[in-house]
Amino acid sequence: MSAVLDNFDVYLRAFGYTFALFLVAGVLSLVLGTILVAFRVGPISVLQRAAATYVTLVRNTPLVIVFAFFSFVAPIFGIGFNWLQVRIGDFSFTAFFGAAAVSLTLYTATFVCEALRAGINAVPLGQAEAARAIGLPFTGVMSQVVLPQAFRASLPPLASVQIALIKNTSVAAVYGVAEATARMRGFTNDFSSQRIGIFVCFALGYIVIVEAFSFLSSRLERRWRVAT
Amino acid sequence: MSMSVLFDAPGPKTVARHRIYTGVGLALIALVLGWAIWRLYDAGQFEGDKWEVFTTPRFLRVLLVDGLLNTLKMAGAAVVAAVVFGFVFGVGKMSEHAWVRWPSWAVVEFFRAIPVLLLMVFIWYALGISNSSSSFWAVVIALTLYNGSVLAEVLRAGVNSVPKGQREAAYAIGMRKTQVMNIVLMPQAVKIMLPAIISQCVVALKDTALGVFVLAPGLTKVYKQIYLQFDNRVPTMIVVASLYILVNLLLTYLATYAQHRLVGEKKPIDVTVE
Repeated sequence: MSAVLDNFDVYLRAFGYTFALFLVAGVLSLVLGTILVAFRVGPISVLQRAAATYVTLVRNTPLVIVFAFFSFVAPIFGIGFNWLQVRIGDFSFTAFFGAAAVSLTLYTATFVCEALRAGINAVPLGQAEAARAIGLPFTGVMSQVVLPQAFRASLPPLASVQIALIKNTSVAAVYGVAEATARMRGFTNDFSSQRIGIFVCFALGYIVIVEAFSFLSSRLERRWRVAT
Repeated sequence: MSMSVLFDAPGPKTVARHRIYTGVGLALIALVLGWAIWRLYDAGQFEGDKWEVFTTPRFLRVLLVDGLLNTLKMAGAAVVAAVVFGFVFGVGKMSEHAWVRWPSWAVVEFFRAIPVLLLMVFIWYALGISNSSSSFWAVVIALTLYNGSVLAEVLRAGVNSVPKGQREAAYAIGMRKTQVMNIVLMPQAVKIMLPAIISQCVVALKDTALGVFVLAPGLTKVYKQIYLQFDNRVPTMIVVASLYILVNLLLTYLATYAQHRLVGEKKPIDVTVE
């Protein structure tokens, strides 16, 4: 326990990286997931299939391999993150951070896409039929009737996707980001007699982030629940 | 919702526009794929000697036996143990005794909220990192605890989804609490749960790849060995990823089949996505 308390700034910075990864990848994955689901439910069959293929492939690949792809294969394509050299206070966001954020985004976006699609499927058929019957065009049906309900219905699965993302940021430890799990391994290595205390401290950090997020999302869910 | 409800039957103008979108979409996809393949080709990733190892029987055996089999072993052991763990703590969470219910709740919530990797590293050090078999067990135990906690939630959702009348009828004919659970509720819950359990296998299988951080055996280790020896990181990565995807797709089909067979059109239980 004292190992963590003595190096509390390192501990906090580690969770700072975890949280930064979560924020960046969380926002970007919502954007990309929305684009993917637009392709998937849209009328163009080529895009439907492309999005479906992407989702199937990436969803079934272990996250570690997605990370490996961005660390080793993407440079062949000329996709590197060496331009990324941002320092904010004690935090430095480097190529490793960029690769981690992009990998997490691409991986999580597939789950976001599935959650949103489940939401659209959950809107009762009659809603769209009624909207069509009162003469709304496609954009009106989607933007005023279907999507508002779909978004609310997909809030619970979206929240659990984002909670999974918080936990998945730990994989960045394997690829050189000094976030919480990497630090935990370092601490355990240096102070092996205190490993239980170290584990409990780091576990608590994750639990705080996860519980805070799920508290917020359940508040949102209750506020925006579709009246049934 | 069937998508046809969302759209009018397209008129001639819309059909023409959709054709343009289709063309542009196809062209873009072809462009990106072609460019990717060209870059890989340019970097010499398609040369025969980089792929030759995957047609050599000796290395195929390494890949399939040391790699895939070990990965499946870890995932399989973890899933079997997780089912047991899930039943124990799932039933514990539904217990009428607070002293059973609260500890079960705490354990399940704890293991669900922390990353598997963190757990894996801790168990690895706890078992002793110099011990060669400890990384294997670190993966198995970590996956057991995590997936078991998820399955405990699935079990609870499964039991709760059995219609209320079943429980009431069982009590009405004079069954005891244990009998109601074992004879009436559980068999129906398990049937509903089975697809969710199979889906959880996919999660467990994917998470075995995290074992790379604790030097565990399996596909990720073989991946490293092969590319270090033959300097063919990209082909090896493609092969390993394909193996994972293949097994996961098989499991997904199995889950869908079980869903149709056992549950029908009712919504599958979905507790967590990952």
